[in-house]
Amino acid sequence: MFKQFAAVISMSLQTLPQRMGASSVIVIGIAGVVAVLVSVLAMGAGFRHTLADTGRADRVIILRGGSDAELNSNLTRTDVDIISNAPGLAKDAGGRALVSSELVTVVNVPKIDTGTDANVTLRGVGLRVTEVRPELKIVSGRMFRPAVRELIAGSGAAKQFRGLIVGSVLHLRNADWTVTGVFTSNGDVHESELLADVDTVGSSVERNGYSSAVALLTGAAEFTRFKDALTTDPQLKVDVQREPDYYAAQSKQLTKIINVVGKTVAIIMAIGAMFGALNSMYSAVAARGLEIATLRAIGFGALPVLLSVMTEALLLSLLGGIIGASLAWLFFNGHSVSTLGGAFAQVVFQLTVTRTLIVTGIVWACVIGLLGGFFPALRAARLPVAEALRAA
Amino acid sequence: MKYFPLVWATLWRKKTRTIFTLLSVVVAFLLFGMLETVAHAFAHPSSGITGADKLVTTNKYSITLALPFSDAQQIRSVPGVSEVTWMTWFGGYYQESKNFVFALPIDTDSYFNLHKGEFIVDEGQLQTFRNTRTGALLNSALMKKFGWKIGDKVPLHSTIWTQKSDGSLDWTFDVVGSFSVKDPTQASAQSLTLLFHYELFDEGRSFGKGNVSWFEERVGDPSQASAISNRIDALFANSPNETKTQPANDFQMAFIKQFGDIGFVLRAILGAVFFTLLFLTGNTMMQSVRERTPELAVLKTLGFGDEKVLALVLAESLLLCVMAAFIGLALSFATLPIIKQGLQGLELTPRALVPGMGAAVLLALIVGLPPALRAMRLNIVDALADKR
Repeated sequence: MFKQFAAVISMSLQTLPQRMGASSVIVIGIAGVVAVLVSVLAMGAGFRHTLADTGRADRVIILRGGSDAELNSNLTRTDVDIISNAPGLAKDAGGRALVSSELVTVVNVPKIDTGTDANVTLRGVGLRVTEVRPELKIVSGRMFRPAVRELIAGSGAAKQFRGLIVGSVLHLRNADWTVTGVFTSNGDVHESELLADVDTVGSSVERNGYSSAVALLTGAAEFTRFKDALTTDPQLKVDVQREPDYYAAQSKQLTKIINVVGKTVAIIMAIGAMFGALNSMYSAVAARGLEIATLRAIGFGALPVLLSVMTEALLLSLLGGIIGASLAWLFFNGHSVSTLGGAFAQVVFQLTVTRTLIVTGIVWACVIGLLGGFFPALRAARLPVAEALRAA
Repeated sequence: MKYFPLVWATLWRKKTRTIFTLLSVVVAFLLFGMLETVAHAFAHPSSGITGADKLVTTNKYSITLALPFSDAQQIRSVPGVSEVTWMTWFGGYYQESKNFVFALPIDTDSYFNLHKGEFIVDEGQLQTFRNTRTGALLNSALMKKFGWKIGDKVPLHSTIWTQKSDGSLDWTFDVVGSFSVKDPTQASAQSLTLLFHYELFDEGRSFGKGNVSWFEERVGDPSQASAISNRIDALFANSPNETKTQPANDFQMAFIKQFGDIGFVLRAILGAVFFTLLFLTGNTMMQSVRERTPELAVLKTLGFGDEKVLALVLAESLLLCVMAAFIGLALSFATLPIIKQGLQGLELTPRALVPGMGAAVLLALIVGLPPALRAMRLNIVDALADKR
C-alpha cells in the first residue's frame, strides 16, 4: 500500500511540470494569502514587542489612583517624597532611593513622511534616571543637562519625526530646546520619546508636580510589600503597577484590532484561494484521468490515488506558504512605522516577522491546500475506471 | 444582445469550474468593497462638527496643553468670527474604562448658538437642561447603549479631573434629555456624546480652573476661514500660549493621520488580493478557451468573423467578472453594520460600487484579452484538427 502510494505520488510529481499553469495558481494564490496574513500580523507583533519590551519586573510605575495613563495622572512633590521613603526601594551609593519623578507631556512634532504634526511624548525625568533605567544608552551626542532647555531623542523618534538630530533646535512653547543626544533603550517604547529634565519641562508647561514616579526595587519580590505600603498610606491615593503590566495593558487594544483585521482579511482571502486550489486540482485530476484509470485498472487501490492527489495539493500549497512568508519577511521585517498608541502619543515600532508568524502562515497554507485538494482527490479515487478508459 | 444565450451557455460549459472562479472573484470584490469603504472613511473622517464654517483652536505646541478661558473674549472680537465656544477634554467613562463616554462640558448659550440647527432636540428638554445645574443632555444612541432614561443619575469616572469637594474622580449627572444629530454623516462621530455644564465642571474641579482644552468658532464666510484662522493665531503669537486654528475637518484629519497611513496599508492588501486573483482567473479563462478550440473553429467555419469571436470571449470574461463583482460588492455592503461596530466614530457609506465596477471591467479585460486574442487568431483547419 505504501509502495503504491509512493509510485503514484512520484508519477504525479513527475508530470507536474506539464500542469505548470494550473499548479502555479495554487502556489501564487496561497502565497498571496500568506504574504498578507504574515505582513499584517507582523505589525501587531512589532507593536506588542515594543511595549512588551518596556520595563522590568523589579521596576514599578506609580500613578494617581484612577488615572489609567501617565498623561492623565498627577502627583504632588509631597506624594513623591512619601513614595521615596517606602520600603523595598533600591538605593544609590549615597543611600538615596532610585526613584525618577516624571512629567509626561505631548508635543507636536511633524512626521518626516507626511509632514503633519504628530503627538510626540516629551518626558521629563528625574536626576537619577540613568540609574533607574540602566538600559538607557546615549548612542550619539551627550546627555541633557538639568536646568537648561536641552533634550535627548529616542532613536525611533529620531527616525520618524522631523528635526531630531544632535545639535538641532526644537521650538516648543515659546522656547528653543536643543537636541543634545540620541539614545536607545532596548528597543522599548521610550525610544519613541523625547527626554529632558523634569523640572525644566515642568516650568516650561507651567505645571507644578509630576505625572508619575518610576522606582527601582531591590527585587521583583519586593513588589507586594512596596505596593501595600503605598496603597495603605492614608496620605496617598495612588495606583502601583509593575512596569511590564502597565505597558502590556497599553498594547492590548491595538494588537487586538490588528489581529482581528489581519485574520478577517486573510480568512476571506483564503476562501478565495481555496476556490482557486479546487479549480486547479480538479483540472489536474481531469488531465490525469487516463493515467489514474490505468493505474486503477492494473490494481492500484483508491486510497493511494486519493492520498497522492492530496499530497500534490499539500506540496504546492506548502511551496506557496513558504514563498508568501518569505516575501513578507523580505519586504517588511524590520520596517519602521509609527502610530498613535494607547497613551495618546506616537509609538514607533518595527514590523516583526517572528518565527511563530512564519509557522502560522505555513500552517494556514497547508490547511487551504488540504481543503482545496480533498474534493478533487475524492473524485480521482472514485473515477469509474471503465468509463475513464473509454473516454480517452 | 442576441448572442447573450450563447455567451451564457459557454460560460456554464463547465459548471463547477465557473462556480469556483466566480466565487473567488466574489471574494475579491467582497474584500474590495470592505477595504475601500474603510479606506474612504479614514480619508474623509467626520469630526462630528458639521460645516465648512467651523474652526477649532488648540494650543500650538500640544493638544494636551490648555488655553486660558479668557482668550474667548479676544477671539470673539476677531472680525469674521460670529460665535465662539469652549470645551475641555473630560476623559470620561462609565464603570469600566472600555465604556468610553465623550462627556463634554459646554457653555450652553454659545454652544447651541454655534451649532444652531444641527441638533434635533426637544425644546422642553433643552430648557430643563439649561435650568438644571447638574443636568446632562445625551445623544440618544448613548442613552440606548447603557439603557439610561430621563431622570436617571449617571455616575461617570474622569481619568483626569478630581473634584474640589472630596478629591474624587467620580462625577454624577442628572439625565434631563436627549438629542440627535441632523447631519447623518456626523451621527456616528457624535454617538457617545454627553453634554453637561461648563460652569459645574469649572467650579467643581480641583485644579486647572479657568483653562480650556480647545475653542470652536463659527465664521460668517467659510471662504474667509483661513484668513480668520491666521487672525486668531496672530492674537496670541509670542504669548505663553500660542494657538493653532484650523478648519474642524482638518483638525480631525490631522488626528486620523496620526494612526499612520491606513489607506496605504489597505490598498497594499487590495493590490495583493487582485494580483492573486488576476492570476487565478486569467488561468481559468485561458484553460477554458483552450479546451474549446474545436468549438471555436466550428463557430468560425459557420461564418463568425475573427472580431466576433474575440468579442464573444471577451463578453464571457466580462459577464463573469461583472456578475461576481456585483455579488461581492453587495455582500460587502451587507457587512457594513459589523465593521461599523469595530470602528466607532467613523462614518461608513457604501461607496465602492462605481470604483468596484470599474475594477471589474478592467479585470475582465486583462484576463479576457489573451485568450480572446488567441481565439481570434485561430486557424480553422488546425483548430478543427485540435492541434493546439
